[in-house]
Amino acid sequence: MSSMQPIAAPLPFTLKTKLSVDRVSMVFERDGNRTEVLNNINLEVGDGEFVCLLGPSGCGKTTLLNAMAGFLSPTSGEIKVDGEAVRRPNPRRIFVFQERGVFPWLTVEGNIGFGLSKVTKAEREQRIAYYVKMVGLQGFEKTYPQELSGGMKQRLEVARALAVNPDMLLLDEPFGALDSITRLVMRGELLRIWEAERKTVIFVTHDIDEAVQLADRVVVMSARPASIRQIVNIDIAHPRDISAPRYLELRDGIFQQIGLAHKV
Amino acid sequence: MNALSQPAKWERFFWPVVATGLLLALWYYSVRWTGTKVFPSPREVEKGLAELLRHHVLWNDIIDSLRRVAVGFGLAVLVGIPLGLTLGWYPAANQVVNPTMQILRPISPIAWIPVAIIFFGVGDNAAIFLIFLGAFFPIVVACINGVANVPSVYRRAGRNFGLTPPQLLGRVLFPAALPQILVGLRIALGIAWLVVVAAEMIAVDSGLGFLIIDSRNSGKRYDLVVAAILLIGAIGLILDVAFRRLETLRSVRWGFRHES
Repeated sequence: MSSMQPIAAPLPFTLKTKLSVDRVSMVFERDGNRTEVLNNINLEVGDGEFVCLLGPSGCGKTTLLNAMAGFLSPTSGEIKVDGEAVRRPNPRRIFVFQERGVFPWLTVEGNIGFGLSKVTKAEREQRIAYYVKMVGLQGFEKTYPQELSGGMKQRLEVARALAVNPDMLLLDEPFGALDSITRLVMRGELLRIWEAERKTVIFVTHDIDEAVQLADRVVVMSARPASIRQIVNIDIAHPRDISAPRYLELRDGIFQQIGLAHKV
Repeated sequence: MNALSQPAKWERFFWPVVATGLLLALWYYSVRWTGTKVFPSPREVEKGLAELLRHHVLWNDIIDSLRRVAVGFGLAVLVGIPLGLTLGWYPAANQVVNPTMQILRPISPIAWIPVAIIFFGVGDNAAIFLIFLGAFFPIVVACINGVANVPSVYRRAGRNFGLTPPQLLGRVLFPAALPQILVGLRIALGIAWLVVVAAEMIAVDSGLGFLIIDSRNSGKRYDLVVAAILLIGAIGLILDVAFRRLETLRSVRWGFRHES
């Protein structure tokens, strides 16, 4: 298959490098047990690119995302953003958890404004209103997360992240807890927001369809210790027709790569 | 009516009233049948209560008891919450203090009465000290556990938005732990109300606890003793119900299960 070269696809031409992962390995030691989680990961992500990290559950893709966010430091190797080594979390790159990440003690407004303590009151209010609208939560400004549906909570968390105007969004299986219909809607919403704001997006998922529907490039990872098996360019323009031959070809290629083709 | 259906509104009041009535009847007839001269009947207790009200001593006693609880409990809140939050925040410090606290915690505040009297003499301060001791530990422990149980997603989200450690404590850990802290405060308030009665029997000469002991000592007025006991129960209930209303505040409601 022509699109499935077993080498890492290079950065798509014109993009400036936003994030680089250079020979990163990660080993956890607990109670004398060594667990190798990441094994020599090399990756470059361009400015404004949408990249999916795809791999089986528990393979270490979330660990890699945590390292990119600065919550964990690699055992060896280095992660750089804009040429600067990542050492701690930074509001320039916001990590989006599953829906549990919104603060239940704050209203929708309070959550979106959480990271905005340094801007003026007027600007804060204006940004809150803007992002409430962007994620379609008008009328719920004073509502607490407890009273929102799973999809609304997830949109709220994305709005909270966008409100601080970060360069990067790091999304950790953000739609994993949603039902399949809501999940489809949310993918469309996320793409719409991404096209409007052009943030660099790193999106962790174990769902092959999700990865191929969303990403510019899909980074296929192996089981633990995770290494990169292949990076697949998804050369289909949005909105993507998920029954088009090219879509199915790319998707089936990844299924084959993971060793699951025609098994079910 | 099946087991799942809600009882009708009148039933929710009707049956408790019936149960109380039956208990009062049991009390009344027990006193009559045994012919006791010492223990009062409900009727005598009611008269005793009226007598106390007439002589305007009751309000002063209630206010004195409530004031001591307010001061002792308030001090425990002021000291206990910052201390508990700090210990929850620094597990290393908690490990140092924890063994001492675990030893002090199960000691009934009553055991401290002689010590309180040495420190503070007979008077208000000794009673307040005992109430403080009783309320302090549940508050500290609730704060430690509350902070320790804050899900790491909230901490990480807070750090991600660039919060400094004090901001993280104030804007993430405290509100996230608040439901659990409120539970601790409620337990502490209940204990404070238990302790004030005991303390007033020994360390002071006013308040509902003193009323009980004084009624017994000055002429074996058991009608007044039982009246004071019932009053203590009623006020304890009112305090608890009032405190539970805090749990319905919107910023903490998420942490409690409420039947809607």
